[in-house]
Amino acid sequence: MKKIALGIVLLLSLCVAQAKAVYPFEYPAQQQQFLRLTDELRCLVCQNENLASSNAALAADLRHDVYVRVKAGQTDKQIKQYMVSKYGDFILFKPLFDSSTWVLWLGPFALLLIGVIVVLSIAWRRSKAGKK
Amino acid sequence: MRRFWFTIIPFVIFVALAITLWFSIGKDPHVVPSPLVNKNAPQFSAPSLFVGKPKLDQGIFKGKVTLLNVFASWCITCRAEHPILMDIAASHQVQMVGVNYKDQRDIALKWLKQYGDPYNAIAYDPTGQIGIDFGVYGTPETFLIDKHGVIRYKNIGAVSPRIWKDKLLPMIKKLKQEA
Repeated sequence: MKKIALGIVLLLSLCVAQAKAVYPFEYPAQQQQFLRLTDELRCLVCQNENLASSNAALAADLRHDVYVRVKAGQTDKQIKQYMVSKYGDFILFKPLFDSSTWVLWLGPFALLLIGVIVVLSIAWRRSKAGKK
Repeated sequence: MRRFWFTIIPFVIFVALAITLWFSIGKDPHVVPSPLVNKNAPQFSAPSLFVGKPKLDQGIFKGKVTLLNVFASWCITCRAEHPILMDIAASHQVQMVGVNYKDQRDIALKWLKQYGDPYNAIAYDPTGQIGIDFGVYGTPETFLIDKHGVIRYKNIGAVSPRIWKDKLLPMIKKLKQEA
């Protein structure tokens, strides 16, 4: 059992080592930025995978593009803006908060609020009925 | 009265949801609307696929309505799309520009020799950089570009005879009339 666990850990560390070997960075902060961006950007070919985990050729190209931009010192915002300008909001796994998405962001909280009000009003009426 | 509202509200919510979801049925999730439509075609500069022919850039769109078709010899759908592109070229309605995407020059040239070359000019893009500039995520993709170099329409996937007849050709005729 321990051997299997050790094997898995070693295999995983191999993946990390490979990612570092393919995209070497001088600064750990840039490394972090690269990992963060490729985690948050969608691969448009396989759609439910991000750039970091996708094996699609397009994902590899976009990973390289992100790498070049991170090395050039661009900010997260600049890189995301560039990607959105080419591929649309859909490339962001986390949708922006704007006029077309506010329902999506606030809807669940609004529903929760309605639910709480309904439950409270029922409880309140019952307790009033119980007192009678 | 209260009872009435408690029955009607969930029903209304249900109907609204049903209508929303109904219109999503049959929508292909792989067709992602492009933010580039109604924007200037991105600047690019690329060698021609044909060795010795002049380089291509966005100046090629000036004054001519253009169909820009992104294709590759390894792309099976492009092979299926090819006959209609040949027909479109034969109609002489529109300038045809090809982008040979992530391909090998010799194989692409052989492919064109075998199936015919519908393009007036072909940009060679072995790294896929022009593809990224145009927001291409799968071949074939076809852009309709007006005389001022503005992208007016994007077709993702193969152009079918029907898309050509019902969508592209009417748009091209209209764009040609524009100043």
